[in-house]
Amino acid sequence: MSGNIWIVAEQWRGKLSEITFESLALGREVADGLGVKLQAVLLGHDVQNLSTSLGMADSVIYVDHTELADPGASAQASALAQLVRQQKPRTVIVPLTNVSLGTGTLLGEQVGAPVVNFCKDLRAADGHIVADCVLYGGKIEATVTPRGDLTVIGLWPGSRPPDKGRSDRNPPVETQTVTFADQPSVKLRSYIEPDASDVDITQQDVLVAVGRGIQSQENVALAEELAASLGGAVCGSRPVIDQGWLPLSRQVGKSGLNVKPKLYLALGISGAPEHLEGMKDAPLIVAVNSDPDAPIFNVAHYGVVADAMDMIPTLKETVLALRG
Amino acid sequence: MNILVLLRMVPDVVEELEIAPDGRTLDTEYLRMIVNESDDHALEQALILKERKGGKVTVLALDAPDVDDVLFSAVAKGADRVMKIEGGDGGVTTRAAAGMFAEIIRNEKDLQPFDIVLTGVQAIDDLDALVAPILSHRLGLPYLAIVTKVTPDATGKSVTAIREFAGGVRGEFDVPLPAVLGIQAAEKPPRYVPVAKVRAAMKTSKIESIGVPTMADGGQPLLDVSHMRKPVVSGHAQMLDGEPEDVSKKLAGIFTERGLL
Amino acid sequence: MHDPAAAEYFGLPGFAYLWLFALVSFFLFGRRVWRYIQTLIEARNEPRWDQIPRRLGVFGLDVLAQRKLLREPVIGVAHFLIFWAFVVFAVSFFWNLIRGLLPFLPIPYADDVSWMAAVLTVMGVLGLAALIVAAVRRYIFPPAGLEKSGDATLILSLIAIVLLTSLLGQATKESSPQLAQALWWVHMATVLGFLAYLPYSKHLHLLASPFGVLFGALQPGGIPPPSEGASFRDDFTWRQLFSGLACAECGRCERGCPAFQSGEPLSPKVLMHHFKELVRSPSLVRDGDGVIGNQVQQEDIWGCRTCLACMDRCPVANEHIPIIVEMRRFLISQGTVDAHLQSTLVNLTRYGNSFGASPRTRAKWTQNLEFKPKDARKEKVEYLWFVGDYASFDARLQPVVQATARLFHEASLDFGILYDGENNSGNDVRRVGEEGLFDMLREKNRHAFDKSSFDRIVTTDPHSFQALKNEYGESNGHVQHYTQLVDHLIDDGKLTVGKRLGIKATYHDPCYLGRYNGVYDAPRRILNRIGVEMVEMPRNRADSYCCGAGGGRIWMEDVPCSKERPAESRVREAAALPGVETLVVSCPKDLVMFQDALKTTGLEDKLVVKDLVELVEQSCRPDKERVECPT
Ligand SMILES: Cc1cc2nc3c(=O)[nH]c(=O)nc-3n(C[C@H](O)[C@H](O)[C@H](O)COP(=O)(O)OP(=O)(O)OC[C@H]3O[C@@H](n4cnc5c(N)ncnc54)[C@H](O)[C@@H]3O)c2cc1C
Ligand code: SF4
Ligand code: SF4
Repeated sequence: MSGNIWIVAEQWRGKLSEITFESLALGREVADGLGVKLQAVLLGHDVQNLSTSLGMADSVIYVDHTELADPGASAQASALAQLVRQQKPRTVIVPLTNVSLGTGTLLGEQVGAPVVNFCKDLRAADGHIVADCVLYGGKIEATVTPRGDLTVIGLWPGSRPPDKGRSDRNPPVETQTVTFADQPSVKLRSYIEPDASDVDITQQDVLVAVGRGIQSQENVALAEELAASLGGAVCGSRPVIDQGWLPLSRQVGKSGLNVKPKLYLALGISGAPEHLEGMKDAPLIVAVNSDPDAPIFNVAHYGVVADAMDMIPTLKETVLALRG
Repeated sequence: MNILVLLRMVPDVVEELEIAPDGRTLDTEYLRMIVNESDDHALEQALILKERKGGKVTVLALDAPDVDDVLFSAVAKGADRVMKIEGGDGGVTTRAAAGMFAEIIRNEKDLQPFDIVLTGVQAIDDLDALVAPILSHRLGLPYLAIVTKVTPDATGKSVTAIREFAGGVRGEFDVPLPAVLGIQAAEKPPRYVPVAKVRAAMKTSKIESIGVPTMADGGQPLLDVSHMRKPVVSGHAQMLDGEPEDVSKKLAGIFTERGLL
Repeated sequence: MHDPAAAEYFGLPGFAYLWLFALVSFFLFGRRVWRYIQTLIEARNEPRWDQIPRRLGVFGLDVLAQRKLLREPVIGVAHFLIFWAFVVFAVSFFWNLIRGLLPFLPIPYADDVSWMAAVLTVMGVLGLAALIVAAVRRYIFPPAGLEKSGDATLILSLIAIVLLTSLLGQATKESSPQLAQALWWVHMATVLGFLAYLPYSKHLHLLASPFGVLFGALQPGGIPPPSEGASFRDDFTWRQLFSGLACAECGRCERGCPAFQSGEPLSPKVLMHHFKELVRSPSLVRDGDGVIGNQVQQEDIWGCRTCLACMDRCPVANEHIPIIVEMRRFLISQGTVDAHLQSTLVNLTRYGNSFGASPRTRAKWTQNLEFKPKDARKEKVEYLWFVGDYASFDARLQPVVQATARLFHEASLDFGILYDGENNSGNDVRRVGEEGLFDMLREKNRHAFDKSSFDRIVTTDPHSFQALKNEYGESNGHVQHYTQLVDHLIDDGKLTVGKRLGIKATYHDPCYLGRYNGVYDAPRRILNRIGVEMVEMPRNRADSYCCGAGGGRIWMEDVPCSKERPAESRVREAAALPGVETLVVSCPKDLVMFQDALKTTGLEDKLVVKDLVELVEQSCRPDKERVECPT
């Protein structure tokens, strides 16, 4: 038994996902705590070059197979199960993202190991693994200890800052082969790219929301630029839609759409109940409002008391500078 | 098309969740159970398939408080047969639940042959497993997750399914039947069923009862929850002070941390 | 003048021609009317034969005295005169007809009887004058919603000819009997032609409206009898279809309709027009989707606020709301509802409130009170206070609901609430067409009432007031709106007016308090007593303009409207009153709607919206420390 910690490096369409670095950062801590090695498992086809970014791991296990070219829980889990049986790691950290969903459960099922989903933190205690998990939509946190020698962790995004998982080091790569049984399986026919012409605000990862505090249509255009820099779209509260500054399809709230982007940046929105109804479930809400007592601050995670028009251009510049 | 839909009830988080005195489980006194949201979408997708292709929708649910209402409303919406797995001691983990579903689907002869099994992609209490992958493994069927649309193909031997990836990108998949799909959202939001129709279904239809199957692995949990707690919520935003430039830097840092940049 | 029926024309006696004309006319008339009657017989039954004396009373007021028409005075008086001229001339016509058809009868013609001739002359002249007024209004100063249709012109002309021929005939009886006789024939022929034409015309209301009034709804509620909804002709009840026949297309309903006035697609007049066409259409088509999606669109059906303005004004007692509710029931039974409404209905089913909040938090607003209201399920109380969803759950209404509690407390009122035992009253649920859910909510509330011990009920929300008072059955004793109760408390000296507020304010009559239940005076009396100078808005009392929230509209997605929203129009109306700075409301939804409208109209500096109870507290507890609830 190697007893190592494995992280599954999530790659999609030739690029590593952010969660891979989060996993590396977390895995590093746990491996160090247990005094074992951290290994990254990279599955795919023609993506060995990505291993150079996985330097936070002590080594990389790379499997190249056409079956692994596109994400698919069944093929991934089957490949991982073969590796696990061979190399006997202690813990396999699998991302619980839209790309990898299902892989963790299938792996646990195939190798008869416990699976711990919704994991937001992991640590070593007395030589064991202890996981903190987010249950019931974030209403409850649970501390979980898996039984047995091997555990599969379904890792929730956001456990560690991804930057902590980056390294310039070029890790050693060990190439492995796997085989796939000839079974009926699902086949990807094609990707469907999002339609850029028609913005569906319910499908955006980033929404810059403008309220009456934005004051004029010209300023909405500035917000559009900020949204573009963040790779998102602009939506608004009802008064902004009423003014005709944005179309009805961009209205968030009781009489508009319900949205749940990864980031909801509310500029000059007071936070009336009808508006909150449409966006309060977003996991990250940032509010900019000139009124320190604006109710939006009761639901926002981060707040800035400022004139929205001062914030928009500076934030845009900062973001653009970061994106390079 | 013969469609099996699997439903589970989960705690309704609209009610404040309380932790039981043992510190490791939820206090059931004030617990309200509602159908897992994506399971409800799975049912809707099944009904849409039936409307399009004909066939039969059979709904299988684990016993839980209020599950009868959910099953009768499934009948009112158009399900043909509703069944409830009864006799367990409640509080089964997702892995055990999935095991029971698999056992029953394999052994209940009158559920065969089926073309497709639809269930929700994930539930808020899926701590130790997701249902669909377990099922696919135990039944030896193909599996696809995060499905948002299912269209039957002309041959009747496969379906085309749309699956979500990240950043608004989706994939179109060819799924040979029979298969297990984890539904994220039906093509259309679940339909509204008027209360009067549900009440009528209560009078005219029957919920079949199935005993809990015996499980090869004993259905024992492989995890221990050592304690549960409520996360501390500040109830107020964390305020960022400073000049716009400083604040922008801080915000950009937060965005980067969340993988947004 | 010779006896026109006895005289010979082209070798035949006059009465022979008269028989011929009359038979043709009555045949055409009867054939058509019989078709309508058959259609009505085929339709669903709706009993309207009860309380005949009361119905006759309404008939007297609304048909004979033309009460509703007189609400628009100029045309009201004109119509009154035309109506009565019409009655007098109808009597004279039948008199003459019988006399003419049966020439051997030993009676004179109507206009040969001096008193009848006098009446005819007076009514003829007045009628003509009124016709001129009506024509001037229709063609020169047409109010919104009144069309210049050819049909109307024809009808007006025919009436004019009838009156003129009679007047001229009388005038020429002595001087030129020849002419008089000719006029007599023109008169009789015109009336017979008119009779034959009438059932084919859009102006069937002359015939149908008296029956419409006679068989009108006695209790304004607008809820149709139990059904699974309607979209095909024979799904509707005869009384609903009849509305189409009775409609005069006068546009009164449209002029009071908040949906129509906002430029939304719904027009109650056009709706009635479609129903007229539906009854007139030759066959019953049962394939396709029925009315919905063809004549009437879903936006029309969901646009209605059930504000009762249309029904309250309609001179022919048409029943727009029941028709709309029937169609909503149909859509609900098909599961065709917008996403917001659907999630609200699901919330109501699951939690008993429209907010989707845990029922356990319903009485959270009591936490900051310095006393704890009794739990009516545990202790006997005199008044059960039914708080309602908006007051219980909306943060903006916390000051109002708390002020109400403090006032009741101050007045030593023995009151209690149901805490988590209260459910939404179901008023709006019923009006969106979800009758099953209404039944369920009503059962739950009745169950809570049964477990409690109280003498009377007081409600904050006029919508709950309507449901509890009129739609929960007899068993629940006396139900009051809080404005009525506060009025009594002041009367009985239980609340003493401390400070006279000395402000100028206007008051908005909520639809469900005013038009539905006739409570207009209690709030005004209270305002007067606490020293508020009341200035009425132009649209007040029964003419009050809906805020736009009712009928479940507050739960639905916004539809694009081409003009301003109802609440915006209303706050502008209030803000235009010189010196008025406060708009007083007595309905929780009004507060929310108008506060929002103040923002969108930019009138925040001009006007504040206050619930009546807040003003009463300012007056009755002027220097008591007020515990504000942090929202
Ligand atoms: C039935 C009904 C349905 C409704 N449906 C919706 C809906 O679907 N969606 C919706 O959004 N609303 C809806 N509303 C309206 C809602 O109640 C609020 O009126 C609306 O959300 C307020 O929008 P706002 O926050 O943009 O404007 P305001 O409430 O006016 O807030 C503007 C904010 O901007 C701040 N501000 C001003 N200047 C600046 C500046 N220079 N920099 C930064 N901040 C500044 C102010 O402090 C204030 O907090 C509905 C209302 C009703 C009654
Ligand atoms: S429904 Fe009544 S108010 Fe409306 S146009 Fe017809 S007669 Fe006039
Ligand atoms: S009830 Fe009110 S909103 Fe509905 S049609 Fe009549 S006037 Fe218009």
